[in-house]
Amino acid sequence: MDAAQSKVPDFDEARARLVIARLAHLDGALLPILHELQHEFGYVDARNVPLLAEALNISRADVHGTISFYHDFKSAPQGRHVLKICRAEACQSMGCESLVTHLAQAHKLAPGETTGDKALSVETVYCLGNCALSPAAMLDDELIGRLDADRLDQIVLDATGMRS
Amino acid sequence: MTTRIYVPCDAAALSMGADKVAKAMAAEAQKRGLDVTIVRNGSRGMLWLEPLVEVETTQGRVAYGPVRVGDIAGLYDAGLLSGGAHRLGHGLTEKIPFFARQQRLTFARCGLTDPLSLDEYKAHGGLEGLAKALALAPAAVVEEVTQSGLRGRGGAAFPTGIKWRTTLGAAADQKYIVCNADEGDSGTYADRMVMEGDPFVLIEGMAIAGLAVGATKGFIYIRSEYPHAFGVIQEAIRRAEAAGILGKSVMGKGPAFHLEARLGAGAYICGEETSLLDSLEGKRGQVRAKPPLPAISGLFGKPTIINNVISLASVPWIMAHGAKAYADFGMGRSRGTLPVQLAGNIKRGGLFETAFGVSLRTLIEDLGGGTHSGKPLRAVQIGGPLGAYHPAHELDTLLDYEAIAAIKGMLGHGGIVVFDESVDMAKQARFAFEFCAQESCGKCTPCRIGARRGVEVVDRIIAADHREANRVLLDDLCSLMTDGSLCALGGLTPLPVMSALHHFPEDFNRPALPLAAE
Repeated sequence: MDAAQSKVPDFDEARARLVIARLAHLDGALLPILHELQHEFGYVDARNVPLLAEALNISRADVHGTISFYHDFKSAPQGRHVLKICRAEACQSMGCESLVTHLAQAHKLAPGETTGDKALSVETVYCLGNCALSPAAMLDDELIGRLDADRLDQIVLDATGMRS
Repeated sequence: MTTRIYVPCDAAALSMGADKVAKAMAAEAQKRGLDVTIVRNGSRGMLWLEPLVEVETTQGRVAYGPVRVGDIAGLYDAGLLSGGAHRLGHGLTEKIPFFARQQRLTFARCGLTDPLSLDEYKAHGGLEGLAKALALAPAAVVEEVTQSGLRGRGGAAFPTGIKWRTTLGAAADQKYIVCNADEGDSGTYADRMVMEGDPFVLIEGMAIAGLAVGATKGFIYIRSEYPHAFGVIQEAIRRAEAAGILGKSVMGKGPAFHLEARLGAGAYICGEETSLLDSLEGKRGQVRAKPPLPAISGLFGKPTIINNVISLASVPWIMAHGAKAYADFGMGRSRGTLPVQLAGNIKRGGLFETAFGVSLRTLIEDLGGGTHSGKPLRAVQIGGPLGAYHPAHELDTLLDYEAIAAIKGMLGHGGIVVFDESVDMAKQARFAFEFCAQESCGKCTPCRIGARRGVEVVDRIIAADHREANRVLLDDLCSLMTDGSLCALGGLTPLPVMSALHHFPEDFNRPALPLAAE
């Protein structure tokens, strides 16, 4: 955890303020701003909370409540690559759970975890809308259909092999 | 003369390598000195054939699929450009039985055209509905939608026209049109496909809704699991604004209509309409108590129409061809067509738009070809994670809201997930509770606490721990969740649970296994 935290990019308040100022005029601006902060920093630092509360004239509790409600907003950076494995019914019918088991056995990696070198995070997702080509997964923004153990091995190998 | 080759840019096609195929198709043509134009179209919906490559010939479009990069040289050798025979060939796309047997109204253009070409959109009947709506009084547009019999395609099947009439009658300085594109139900992808394959039809439908009720602003709330759809919709909005379809005056003739696409943030509950509105306002996506109805007090407290993607995308066809033409399709109180999504363990999975009234067996066995694994079919779940599990002997039921309700199920958004005999229905029942616990917004107790207790009770039943007493407890818990939850998440989670228990009791009666160590 110490090693991981040392890689956390320094929170840049000026940059965060710029992001907030650029989008604060929108109706219901909080979610678009949070998406942009997540995109810009790779996570939503807690130090954004007072900035957001001030800019949008809402309480810090409201801001924190919103951030913590949604799966997409992370409180710490994830791995350089993120693999989301769909574990909803259509993918269950095509054996997605055996892929999750394979990942645990062959790569010691479970949903919710990140590899030691911070190369790859694995997450559970419920439905990617690719239900006729299950099991489905998404590697960063790339949708994958008919995922199998070989492809999964390749994804782990590529991610942990190509250190950016 | 250049030959047009179509390679879909739909996310499902991309997931099977369509980008690589498109590039390799172009490179191989160049190597051979052939004059081809690669068009990136939407998907035709025959997803088991993706990437489905089509070539325009004098006879029509000829289909090949599923095409892998390694097949491309062989395809050119076989005379691809004139529709030559090849083991991946299927003849004319529109003669493929899965395609030929559909009634494509809402998806008429999807897969036919470049999704972002406004010229092609207009050339294939686009904007005719909006032009008609512009010539009518708002109440007449609402009347047309009411007469069509269109019911909300998101799952609740509430008559669309009645929602619209309510908002039309509400006086306010600002009204909104909100499109619910938070398509989170497993087994459904029709919203995604139409947004990626024919985005202007949704924009046109929303503009018509704006005219009909006097709303000048609209939002499309798209789940973040759909980055491709979000990108296409954003670009389509830009182009519709540039062309004067949206903006200060709809098509230069009507009042203003501004449209914005917004991204969800990974919360299933935001597909519930009032949660979605709170989320759009920048809050936790928690369910609101009704009344007030969103039609009277919705987004930012203003009268708001909130409709599913397919509901709104069906409106341009209704306006262009008339309410009666739409209502002539279907049966009983289910009028028009439904894009059925065949999913899960099925040989030929894909989108099949059809008039209501076809049997589930026809869809799953004749068109879908049965299970993907080839093993016997054991269960189908209809209507997403909150829909019931049905055994094989119920497949003669017709596709109709009331007929499915009569077998204690829910047609919902039209997703059908097929399971073969390897499925453990006790596990599926447990998952229904687990999913509800994971995705509950937490506002009402029956859902927030009930789902967790449900997982525990099912675990005890599986472990043969006081089975009979826990069955009674499960019945009681399910009645409480059904009657006492604020929205459909807690209220319908008992549906998959109880249907699994009712139809597949043997799975809950197995010799005890030790509880899973978690």
